[in-house]
Amino acid sequence: MAKHETPLLDQLESGPWPSFVSDLKQQAEVRAKNEEGVEFQIPQDCVDDLLGVLELSFKHGRTHWKHGGIVGVFGYGGGVIGRYCDQPKMFPGVEHFHTMRVAQPAGKYYTTDYLRTLTKLWDFRGSGVTNMHGATGDIILLGTTTPQLEEVFWTMTHDMNQDLGGSGSNLRTPADCLGQSRCEYACYDTQALVHFLTNEYQDELHRPAFPYKFKFKFDGCPNGCVASIARSDMSFIGTWKDNIRIDQDAVNKYVENDAAYPANAGAHKGRDWGPFDLEKEVLALCPTKCMKFENKKLAIDDANCTRCMHCINVMPKALKVGKDTGCSILVGAKAPILDGAQMGSLLVPFVEVNADNDYEAITEVIENIWDWWMEEGKNRERLGELIMRQGFQKLLEVTGIEAIPQHVAYPRSNPYIFWKEDEVEGGWDRDVDEYRKHHLR
Amino acid sequence: MSELLDNKEAATKAVVDWMNKKSKTKTKFYFKDFYKIFPDDKPRVIKKVINKMVQEEVLEYWSSGSTTLYGLKGGGIQHSSEGEE
Repeated sequence: MAKHETPLLDQLESGPWPSFVSDLKQQAEVRAKNEEGVEFQIPQDCVDDLLGVLELSFKHGRTHWKHGGIVGVFGYGGGVIGRYCDQPKMFPGVEHFHTMRVAQPAGKYYTTDYLRTLTKLWDFRGSGVTNMHGATGDIILLGTTTPQLEEVFWTMTHDMNQDLGGSGSNLRTPADCLGQSRCEYACYDTQALVHFLTNEYQDELHRPAFPYKFKFKFDGCPNGCVASIARSDMSFIGTWKDNIRIDQDAVNKYVENDAAYPANAGAHKGRDWGPFDLEKEVLALCPTKCMKFENKKLAIDDANCTRCMHCINVMPKALKVGKDTGCSILVGAKAPILDGAQMGSLLVPFVEVNADNDYEAITEVIENIWDWWMEEGKNRERLGELIMRQGFQKLLEVTGIEAIPQHVAYPRSNPYIFWKEDEVEGGWDRDVDEYRKHHLR
Repeated sequence: MSELLDNKEAATKAVVDWMNKKSKTKTKFYFKDFYKIFPDDKPRVIKKVINKMVQEEVLEYWSSGSTTLYGLKGGGIQHSSEGEE
């Protein structure tokens, strides 16, 4: 028998989709029965109270949670988010119900043993409720009390080789795609880079000093499975400098509708879409129309290719990404709190991803940007908002990157040009005293 | 690094005095507020010293989840919704 009546929440279970309400009810029941004999360190009925407070919030049309506080683990300025219920008498089980962010591994690879150890720990010292994974990518452990925080942290760091993730005005836990571990499109080793930067910037992850949050995300290729272009202040997207590799025999197999060469790698086999049509399904859909197929030969004008990946996705056995690979860096994406949502803008079209020199070409860009943002960014101003406020040109100046046509969003509408001395051949000398002799203030 | 920031005791005193002076109206401060105390230093250098003060429990973090503020250890409201101070 449930502790609280939840008629409004019950409705959320009535649709055809999986329901978090059903999951929470199941977890409340598991804790009530406690067949495994867990010595719960926080109230056994906390999940019942969690359902109860949510029902009340639906009834009142407003939240009964407060968030924020000084809670955390010693020496860390992130990874724990204080949560408190403002109806502690009605719902004592969730009076203190803090969230812990746990850094997910690169590519989100786990062993079952690791997951069992983690969930066992969380059943013991927390509510047992998790979110795999949160929007930033972390493992989210939902609901524990203040005394349990250090205990959980100790076990994770000493027994599980596991760190907390980022929150607050920190670098957030970097997130990547599976990369070269499973994907033939990956243009660089996303997992190696994410691992390196996570270690390199431990201080930025755990000791907050930024104006606001800062996110890195890593996509191995322009397919962007992590959607880094939309979800991170700095987005690293795999690309190549040379030409798309073409296997002309394989192209013709696709054209001939050879059964061993299904379009889109057979991804849409569930329905008969008719015979594959290269013209309609590839050439006509190329955004820059840089492809042609004549005399059984596919030609690509690579200088005009925008790396949309469509042709490669449709004919993966015939087309492959180039061999001279690296990544592009885009900056300034954010969700719509101020000024609406923004996608990342291209800053560096191509940079080498070189583990042998500790990715110095990449860390140089990162640190120049951080120095500028920490100096000039207003409190709670994201990098994208600073770029909007001070201009993309200023960003180029602080990063020492020369302007290229790809940086231009649209032709200038302001006819005046303010030249700086170093931009004009020969410069100029300006003697203010001499000028004032002839012109009064 | 400026002389003031380099001198641990003087730097700590400057931070504590500045926060105490403001404590009637405010108990939590953005990191950028420290730039006013150490105008000659780079943010990433200030950060190292300020975070030492947190480890030594002179200061403490206050986090809303999205933003982190700094306050004197034990000072002001210890937990609350954003904007309720």
